[in-house]
Amino acid sequence: MLKDYTSIPVEADSLRPDKITGLSRDQILALPLYHGNKTVTVGDFFEVQETGGDTLVIEGDLSKFKKLGQEMEGGRLVVRGNAGMHLGAYLRGGTIEVFGDTADWAGAEMKGGLIHIHGNTGHRAGAVYRGSEVGMHGGVILVDGNAGLEIGSFMRRGLIAVGGNAGDFAGAHMIAGSILVMGEMGVRAGASMRRGTLVTLKPFEPLPTFRDSGAYRFPFLRLFTDRLHSRGFRVPADVEQSLFRRFVGDMNEIGLGEILILEGRDHDG
Amino acid sequence: MKLNNVEIEDTYAEAFGMRAARLLITAADVEWARTAASVMTGFGTSVIGCNCETGIEGPLPESTPDGRPGVRVLLFATSSKQLEQQLVLRVGQCVMTCPTTACFDDLPSEERLKVGSKLRFFGDGHQISKRIESSLSENGATPRRLWRIPVMDGEFVVEDKVGTRKAVAGGNFFIMGRTEEDTSRAARAAVRAMREIPGIIMPFPGGVVRSGSKIGSKYRKLIASTNSPYCPTLRGQVESALPPGASCCLEIVVDGLDEESIGRAMAVGIRAACTRGVVRISAGNYGGKLGKFHFHLLQLLEKN
Repeated sequence: MLKDYTSIPVEADSLRPDKITGLSRDQILALPLYHGNKTVTVGDFFEVQETGGDTLVIEGDLSKFKKLGQEMEGGRLVVRGNAGMHLGAYLRGGTIEVFGDTADWAGAEMKGGLIHIHGNTGHRAGAVYRGSEVGMHGGVILVDGNAGLEIGSFMRRGLIAVGGNAGDFAGAHMIAGSILVMGEMGVRAGASMRRGTLVTLKPFEPLPTFRDSGAYRFPFLRLFTDRLHSRGFRVPADVEQSLFRRFVGDMNEIGLGEILILEGRDHDG
Repeated sequence: MKLNNVEIEDTYAEAFGMRAARLLITAADVEWARTAASVMTGFGTSVIGCNCETGIEGPLPESTPDGRPGVRVLLFATSSKQLEQQLVLRVGQCVMTCPTTACFDDLPSEERLKVGSKLRFFGDGHQISKRIESSLSENGATPRRLWRIPVMDGEFVVEDKVGTRKAVAGGNFFIMGRTEEDTSRAARAAVRAMREIPGIIMPFPGGVVRSGSKIGSKYRKLIASTNSPYCPTLRGQVESALPPGASCCLEIVVDGLDEESIGRAMAVGIRAACTRGVVRISAGNYGGKLGKFHFHLLQLLEKN
C-alpha cells in the first residue's frame, strides 16, 4: 500500500510479481525505485502487508509511478488506483489489472499477456515507441473506458478492445492484429495501415484512401466477443450477427487492412 | 448369454490404434452444415481403400465457436501424415466449397496438423489471419489462429491447425438374422441408438457394412477379401460361422476417440439390435494378431 502521494515521477519497474515471488518482506522493501534523480527503495513509499503467491496487489494513487509491470513475464499485478506511464510496456506474460485510469504508453510494444484497465487509458496504448519499428507484438489490452490517441500504432499482432471511445489515429501504420472499439473512433483511424482489422460499433468515416467493399456478417467476430465476455468485458450481445460495412485500405500502403463499421441487422448489400 | 431371446456369442471384437481428428463444421443453417459434413465424410468407410475412416459424430453440439449451427465430424487414419493429407483434401474440396460454412478444430491437443495453414493459399494473397491470444482465455489455452479466406459468398473461416491424438478403430459386432429384412431392421435400430453416443462414428453406409472382410486372399495382391465364413451363400463350400436359421449377416464397425466410448456404443448397439428375427450377435477378431484393443461382448453388456 502506498504511504504518501508523490508529485515527482517514480520509475517503478522493479514492481513486478514475477520478480517479487519468493522474496522476503525485507528484500521487497529494499528493492530500488528511482524518485526523480534519486535512488530510493520500495520501503520509502510502500508498506508491505502480506507476502507469498504470484499476485502483487498495490493500492494507492500511482499516477506518478511509471513502468509498473514493465517486461513482466508472469504472475498477476493488480493496481487499486491510477497507474502512471508505460504500465506493462514490453509485457511478455501474466496479467495486469488496473482498477483506475492509466497514463500514456500502457502495453507499449508488449509481446504477450493481458492488461485490463477498468478505467480510461492515455495515448499510445499498445503502440510503438519512437524510433522502433513494431508496436504491440501480441497479447491483449482491454480498456473499459476511453483510450487516447494513436492506440495500436504499428501494431503487429494481438488485440486491443476499448469499451468507450478511442482518440485519433487508432491503428495508424498497423501491420496486423485487431482493434475493437465499442464507442466512437477519432479521425484518421487506420491511416497507413497495411493489414489488420479495426472494428467500431459507432458511425465512422474512413479516410478517402479506404474503399467501400460492402456490408456483410463476420461470424469470426464471435470468437473474440465470446472471450471478451468471459473476461468481463462488455460487448453488445450477438453483435457478430449484425452487418458491418467493410472498408479496405489503406490504399496508400498495400491495402490489405480493413475497417469494419457496425451498420445494422438488415442486409442492404 | 441371451438377450431378448438372441444369443450373444462369448467372443470379442478386435480393434487397433489410429490417429484421430475432430472438426466442427458450422454454417448459416444446419442444412448447409450437414451437407458439408455429409460430403466430407463420403468415401471414408475404410482405410483399406479410402485412406481414412470418417463420419458424422452423434448429437449436434450445443454451442459452436461462431455461434452458428454446427455438425461434428471425426476422421481416423493410420498416421498423422495421412490424416493431415485427408483433412486438407476433404476440408478444401468438401467444406470450403459448401456455401456459408466455417471449419473449426474440436479436439485440442499438443500435436497439431496443418489444415488452414495449407488451404489459405487459395486466398491468393487476400487471406487474413486472426489469432485468438491465449491470454484471452481463462485457462490460458493455446493461441488459436484462424484464416479468413475470401470466397464467392463472403469468407471461409478455417482453423490454422487441427489437433490430433491416439484413438481406436475397428470396434465391431455382427448381427445375424433370419431374413434380410429382420437383420436390416435390427442394424438400423442399433445405429440409431449408437448415434446418441458422443466420441464415436460408424463409417460405413448408414453405419452398416455388408461386405465384411477377412485378412488376406487367395490372390496375392489383395490384403483383404470377403469374410467367407459369414457369407450365407457360401454355406456348403466353406466352413460357415453362421448359426442354423440365419441367412443374413450385417456388421457394425465403430471407431472412437477412446476405448470407453466404443465399448459403451457397442453395448448400446447390441441391446438395440436384439429384436425379432435376430438369431445371434457375434464379433470379428483375428485371434489377437491385429490389434491390442479387445472388446469382449459379454463383459461389455455387464458393464454398460
